[in-house]
Amino acid sequence: MQSTIFAPWEDPEAKPLIRFQNVTKRFGTFTAIDDLSLDIYEKEFFALLGPSGCGKTTMMRMLGGFENPTEGRIELAGKDISGVPPNKRAVNMMFQSYALFPHLSVWDNIAFGLRRDGRPKDEVAARVAEMLKLTRLEKFGRRKPHQISGGQRQRVALARSLAKAPKLLLLDEPMGALDKKLRQDTQFELMDIQEKTGTTFVIVTHDQEEAMTVASRVAVMDEGKLIQVATPDRIYESPENVYVADFIGDVNIIEGRATLEGEETYRIDWAEGEAPLRATSSTRLDNGQSCFLAIRPEKVTISPERPEGAVNAVHGKVLDIAYLGNISTYHVELASGTVIKAQAANTRRISRRSFTWEDPVWLSWTVTGGVLLAG
Amino acid sequence: MRRFLLIAVPYTWLLALFLAPFVIVFKISLSDIALAIPPYTPTLDLGAGWEGIKTFFSGLDFENFVWLTQDDLYWKAYLSSLKIAVISTAFTLMIGYPIAYGLARSPEEWRPTLMMLIILPFWTSFLIRVYSWMGILSQEGFLNQFLLWTGLINEPLIILNTSIAVYIGIVYTYLPFMILPIYATLDRLDESLIEAAEDLGCSRLSAFWLITVPLSKNGIAAGSFLVFIPALGEFVIPSLLGGSRTLMIGKVLWEEFFSNRDWPVAGAVAIVLLLILVIPIVLFQRNQQKQAEAEQ
Amino acid sequence: MNRLSWFNTVSLTLGFAFLYIPMLILVIYSFNASKLVTVWAGFSTRWYGELLHNEAFLDAAWVTLKVAVFSSSIATVLGTMAAYVLVRGSRFPGRTLFSGMIYAPLVMPEVITGLSLLLLFIGIGLDRGVLTIVLAHTTFSMCYVSVVVSSRLISFDKSLEEAALDLGCSPAQAFRLVTLPIIAPAVISGWLLAFTLSLDDLVIASFTAGPSATTLPIKIFSSIRLGVSPEINALSTVMIAIVAVGVIAASLVSKRSLVRQKKDEQAAERAQ
Repeated sequence: MQSTIFAPWEDPEAKPLIRFQNVTKRFGTFTAIDDLSLDIYEKEFFALLGPSGCGKTTMMRMLGGFENPTEGRIELAGKDISGVPPNKRAVNMMFQSYALFPHLSVWDNIAFGLRRDGRPKDEVAARVAEMLKLTRLEKFGRRKPHQISGGQRQRVALARSLAKAPKLLLLDEPMGALDKKLRQDTQFELMDIQEKTGTTFVIVTHDQEEAMTVASRVAVMDEGKLIQVATPDRIYESPENVYVADFIGDVNIIEGRATLEGEETYRIDWAEGEAPLRATSSTRLDNGQSCFLAIRPEKVTISPERPEGAVNAVHGKVLDIAYLGNISTYHVELASGTVIKAQAANTRRISRRSFTWEDPVWLSWTVTGGVLLAG
Repeated sequence: MRRFLLIAVPYTWLLALFLAPFVIVFKISLSDIALAIPPYTPTLDLGAGWEGIKTFFSGLDFENFVWLTQDDLYWKAYLSSLKIAVISTAFTLMIGYPIAYGLARSPEEWRPTLMMLIILPFWTSFLIRVYSWMGILSQEGFLNQFLLWTGLINEPLIILNTSIAVYIGIVYTYLPFMILPIYATLDRLDESLIEAAEDLGCSRLSAFWLITVPLSKNGIAAGSFLVFIPALGEFVIPSLLGGSRTLMIGKVLWEEFFSNRDWPVAGAVAIVLLLILVIPIVLFQRNQQKQAEAEQ
Repeated sequence: MNRLSWFNTVSLTLGFAFLYIPMLILVIYSFNASKLVTVWAGFSTRWYGELLHNEAFLDAAWVTLKVAVFSSSIATVLGTMAAYVLVRGSRFPGRTLFSGMIYAPLVMPEVITGLSLLLLFIGIGLDRGVLTIVLAHTTFSMCYVSVVVSSRLISFDKSLEEAALDLGCSPAQAFRLVTLPIIAPAVISGWLLAFTLSLDDLVIASFTAGPSATTLPIKIFSSIRLGVSPEINALSTVMIAIVAVGVIAASLVSKRSLVRQKKDEQAAERAQ
């Protein structure tokens, strides 16, 4: 049997589970969401990523039914859901603060939604047991929320929101309150649970690493607009603009002017006294158009001599070294004053490191190492 | 529909039993006293139609307010109320601040108990707390007995039925209102600020004046208003401890109403008292708002 | 642990002495055998016995209790509604007036509140009695309840209500199953506050009570105007004792639950 890659967004026949159509949301004179359209497909793990105030939480609250769009429509499985109150939507939400009811036990918290549906007692009990098992909380059913740890509370919140088997689960900064180590474990657990239950997850986060880890697709947002919607690797490797390149990970951005040289190859003149750089781009740029070249530090090679046949090579001296254990980041100052970061794996012990402060070095990268973006 | 009821029920209640009575007080303060039931004129006769309303309004005037300025009993009472309220607020602050400070600096495990002891008198009857001073301050009371016994005085002091007794009564009954807000601000005060001030060369005392007092000024303001506002309109304390010579406006209003049965003048006295209170109330609200904003 | 400096020790000692000595004297002299209130003539419970047979006081106490129970219960319902509307509710016409009317009675001199309510009752021809006192007490104590409950509602995590809606509750169910149980301690303290305010009130009750109904404070006031009496000392002692027992019990209960919660939280963190 041939396994197909999960990518319903590339299939023109696929019907989206959620469809935002020209949605605008205003609070008074403030526009939180600005004429935004977006499709999310069934079984996706979709991340809304952006700085605080970018509108990602408003998007989620509109899906949950806590806000209604000012203009446009939101469809869930083909039906317009604007105006449907939260208690009548097949959507559940996991709150940032977890919002566990402090006066109810873990068991009763998970059973809360099931009981509202008036399900028979034994069915509720069976479903709660299943949820406790899924989230490894079997021992804690009778505890109150203040009697369990932060990580356990987070799992209770997840179990409670999954108990009603919603079509769509919304997660508002689900790992925000956990410390870094616990967060990483939880991320994988979350992916595992998403896969097991087959529920569509929409997660809101400001942590780009988290979004990249868990999501099948990431939407980068800023000021109420979608900047780019793509898979994590595409967001990282081929950002569509400087904002995305800069927001995700570490990047060197060089500003210059592009001139077409060959098929999809451009020459970039960027600083007085520095040799021009070369990069490829599939989108057309006009001759002399201002442009940005975004290069990830790990794509830059650092060497004592100019490498043979390097397309892009610049000379400078080491200004600073950030030692991160597994890798080191070198800040190299060029003659023009520009500082470029380069990363190298620390395969040798620190005492035998090849470069130190003030060393003259060469930095080089390939013609496809950087991403050329229109200015 | 539910939401409408949720708003409408308490709203209507307050409109009917809080706002409407004020309109009536205001209306009566513009009327004239009459030997009738009710003892004022004019009364609104809606049966007479438009003419009735016209005669009603033409019967209203500010005569009673003019009267308040002419008879020196009233402005003396207002002034004396203000004086008593200001002085007793100052005393309450002087006594309350060290107590609040001591509370905030007390060992953590004692604090709930000490706080309970501060709040406990607040739950006991106001009347009883005022009454308890009557036996202490009277001429043959415990204070005089004690002072005579120590030989500090040769003949009993006359304290009860003077304004000094009123000061004592106000300080005593309103002390928790002063202590609690000051304690709240002192409790939140970061102790490292004092340490930083001392590190930078302040003495204990100057650190107190330069750091602690300015940072607790919101509590001082809140506490002072909470004492001053009710003290101004106080009735029970002056009538039990102040005797006939202590003039306070709350007492005057009471007597005007119950003894003289002059409802229109009582109404006018009430309206003027309210106008005087508007200033401290607005200042108090501002102080609270500022504090709430600072906390955000 | 910071120990008390001598200054703080002195100020606390003097402060508590000032707060408690007058009441202590009252309690001690309620057991005085003599009718002369400032001369000690030996221990006796005579005045407590006389109190038990004073029909007028007992009647007044009964009226006061009835008024307090009714007015504090109505005030708790109305005050909680008002708090909910003010903290949670969206804008509605007259919201500013509404919040003004909630806060105004807190700073209003009692003589004015009493006078204005009396004039209203006369104006609409309502006979003064238990009903009018209940109406008057409810009006001012609902504002206190509303302040107590809204301070709890402000610190209440709104997402708890949203979570209840999200899990299928109607707004009314969310209030009953989630909001109310969580704010219950504040509602109860609001009720207690309203109850004590009503028990305690002299001025407003004097204006709104009629010949058919006299409350205990009115009765006490008219008798102490004439001077100190041992019977009133006994009555005061009973009232102080009831309050002291209540407040101490309440603080013990809340302290114990606080300690337990702290222990639980520590245990949970350790178990992780």
